[in-house]
Amino acid sequence: MATPVSELDVGRTAAPARKRPKPRKHVPRGLLWLLPSFLIVCVFVYVFIGYTVAVSISSNWRAAKPDLTPTDPWYANYQTLANSGRFQADVRNNLVFAFFFLILAVLAGFLFAVLVHNALRARGFFRSVFMLPYALSFIVTGVVWRWLFNPEAGLNLILANSGLSAAYERVTGSPLQPDWTSSPAVVGDLSGMLNKVIPGGDFIQVQLGIPLALMAVVLAAAWQLMGFSMAMFLAGLSSVPNEILEAAQLDGATGLRYYRSIVIPLMKPFAVTVVVILTHVAFKMFDLIYAMSGSGIGFATDMPGIFVYETIYKALQPNIGAAAAIVMLFMVCVVVVPYLVRTGRRDAHD
Amino acid sequence: MTDTLVAPSRSRFRKPKSTMSHEVHHQAFGKKSRRFQMALLVILVPVMMVPLYVMISAAFKTSANADVSTMWQLPNPISLDGITAAWKALSPNFVNSFEMVIPAVVLSCLIGSFNGYLLSKWRFRYDNVIFTLMLVGMFIPYQSVLIPVVKFLQLVGLYGTIPGLVFTHVVYGIPITTLIFRNYYTATIPTALVEAAAIDGAGVLRTFWSIILPLSAPGFVVAGIFQFTNIWNDFLFGIVVIPNPKMQPVTAALNNLSGTQTVDWNIVMAGALIAAVPTLVAYLTLGRYYVQGLTSGSVK
Repeated sequence: MATPVSELDVGRTAAPARKRPKPRKHVPRGLLWLLPSFLIVCVFVYVFIGYTVAVSISSNWRAAKPDLTPTDPWYANYQTLANSGRFQADVRNNLVFAFFFLILAVLAGFLFAVLVHNALRARGFFRSVFMLPYALSFIVTGVVWRWLFNPEAGLNLILANSGLSAAYERVTGSPLQPDWTSSPAVVGDLSGMLNKVIPGGDFIQVQLGIPLALMAVVLAAAWQLMGFSMAMFLAGLSSVPNEILEAAQLDGATGLRYYRSIVIPLMKPFAVTVVVILTHVAFKMFDLIYAMSGSGIGFATDMPGIFVYETIYKALQPNIGAAAAIVMLFMVCVVVVPYLVRTGRRDAHD
Repeated sequence: MTDTLVAPSRSRFRKPKSTMSHEVHHQAFGKKSRRFQMALLVILVPVMMVPLYVMISAAFKTSANADVSTMWQLPNPISLDGITAAWKALSPNFVNSFEMVIPAVVLSCLIGSFNGYLLSKWRFRYDNVIFTLMLVGMFIPYQSVLIPVVKFLQLVGLYGTIPGLVFTHVVYGIPITTLIFRNYYTATIPTALVEAAAIDGAGVLRTFWSIILPLSAPGFVVAGIFQFTNIWNDFLFGIVVIPNPKMQPVTAALNNLSGTQTVDWNIVMAGALIAAVPTLVAYLTLGRYYVQGLTSGSVK
């Protein structure tokens, strides 16, 4: 069956003949050779996830004695998890973190991309500088940020020496010396309200607000991953054909107007990719925070990823840890699977 | 038009030169506005480099000078004491990291190039379903497979060893390298070439070996540097697959060093610098390819 050149290829420059040779034998040879890799991935991804699910619904699985007898009821570990104050804090932290991190990383990434794209000279230099943090290990940057956010050092020294802290003191009466990651404060607590709305809502043991300590973590993560969204938006900006700009200028749309009405709508597919990738990174966030602040005071910077690691390997409760890992996986899949299926479908018409 | 936009990654490979140097000169903003933007860029560079400045300047301070209250000052005098002490603590793990990363990168790139070739040049039923199922593997949180991975490695006797860690990275690197090479071959190697080889009687393996591989060098650079960075920077598999601190990769050792209260601050920063140097060097020399891997590895 010959494959017609699809719309996807219009405007592409390479190989005009894109049809692939059809298999002459009954068993497609391509598939035969792909099978080993495919089976390995199936085992190490799907079968292993299945095993983790089995561990998460059993009560006595231990590394030395892998007993997979299910708990009664089967969701008992998930119930324990839901009632754990620490895990409640983790889910809250993860959602708050993802929200602020996404806003910052996407907006800054787009802004930086526009600036670099329009730079008069040295575009390559600027791009390299802004992308550099992305090439570093989260442990390396986490260790450095830990000191930058040390209440007695780093950014607080700048606040003090620049006079910003003193100016702030004149207005509010207290110096501007935040505790950063060691702050236990949670602002905008909604739990009281929730108790009135939902009967039995008191099973929530944590304050449903914004832990201030997370803001430092958001800054560090956005600093590092902004380069990724910048690179994607730069690819997007350079894909806008020049004719569009020329046409826009004929219509009198230049500068910000051109960006608002023409460029930003064209960035949508890139923005979708950036948001999906960065959201899933946020849900998996582990090393950066582990090196930077650990769980924080009152679990103010704890994350599901840290919870899973410490519950399985430090607290030696693999069943609860496995349940938390499955919750993590679920959160990631909600974001990623629709995206993959959509791109997969689109490719099927290729 | 929109369709070409949805898959930006493929076109990235086609004309790397033009996208890299931004041949397309937008003049959407006036001269004045562009000067202002340029000024903003120039200010943003030092702001973004703050953590690196702190890390590097502290790494070259003497222990006596490494008080956190003078954190922002340049090292004076410049001293290698911190680097020497950090190297003493981290060098075995630094070597471990290299023993892990080199075989892992080579193997996962070879597997990825073969898979990418099959998926881009051979048509079979459900190829997209199979590919999508494989891709899921690069998004999952590895926390959700740690327990069976450890169990498996214990079963085959690789638990706690660097080969075990290499194996883990190779397996979980299959989806991303397959994706990078699939996009690379789709964009760069005309299918007619494979068809011609098929007419001449070359089979799947023969075509791969004599036609595809010799044309794959740029793809190997892109996938290689991308995997090098990923695997070097890994922490979770490192600490879970290898419990013995002496055998762990350098990221794990750096985290331990940083958590030790008695270690001076300049030594920790020197350690961070040491752990960062291989990826920094790779990025500074081959950064162009790294960006290609990044943008093509994230979209299909």
